[in-house]
Amino acid sequence: MNHYETVFILNPVLSDDQVKETVKKYEDFLDSKGAKMVNKENWGLKKLAYPIQHKKSGFYHLFEYQVEGEVIDQLELLFRRDERMMRFLTVKLDKHAVAWAEKRVKRNNQKA
Amino acid sequence: MSSIEQQAKGKKDGEIRYLTPLNIETSKQKRYCRFKRSGIKYIDYKDPDFLMAFVNEQGKILPRRLTGTSLKYQRKVAVAVKRARHLALMPYVGDLLK
Repeated sequence: MNHYETVFILNPVLSDDQVKETVKKYEDFLDSKGAKMVNKENWGLKKLAYPIQHKKSGFYHLFEYQVEGEVIDQLELLFRRDERMMRFLTVKLDKHAVAWAEKRVKRNNQKA
Repeated sequence: MSSIEQQAKGKKDGEIRYLTPLNIETSKQKRYCRFKRSGIKYIDYKDPDFLMAFVNEQGKILPRRLTGTSLKYQRKVAVAVKRARHLALMPYVGDLLK
């Protein structure tokens, strides 16, 4: 099991329900592959630094989870086939990154 | 006439000063790597405000010689900036970012 982090941007034309449904779909997919979800974040509708697919904003979501490496390929294949997905980035976290992520979660919880 | 004398003298002074080693302040403040000094081990691509310190107004990554970052962390900064660009957190090209 490795530690991964995925940030993805969803199309801003979707309704709230559609966004929730899409996020849920990927959560369920990861669940079904035996992933352990560590952290989930919803950054909401954010302005993009440059237009993607002629859109100037997007719904940002972050997943942090532990899963076997093969599952990443399958997840990214689903991402590529999904026309609601505008961008995604999956990063493997090393020990320093995991420590940083924990700190970040704590800080966010304090703020909230 | 005195002015010409002064000028000649001034020139002479200038020549002497030119021949002796110029007294320019060469001992600059010691540069340091901010990551090593503050003990940051991981550079987060999700924090564009912080990464803005490592790009110029056009959004280009600044060289080590300007930021003082050590090679180890410069590589990490570069990767973080590129990831942030991919996720549209930072622009690939910009104008007057600062």
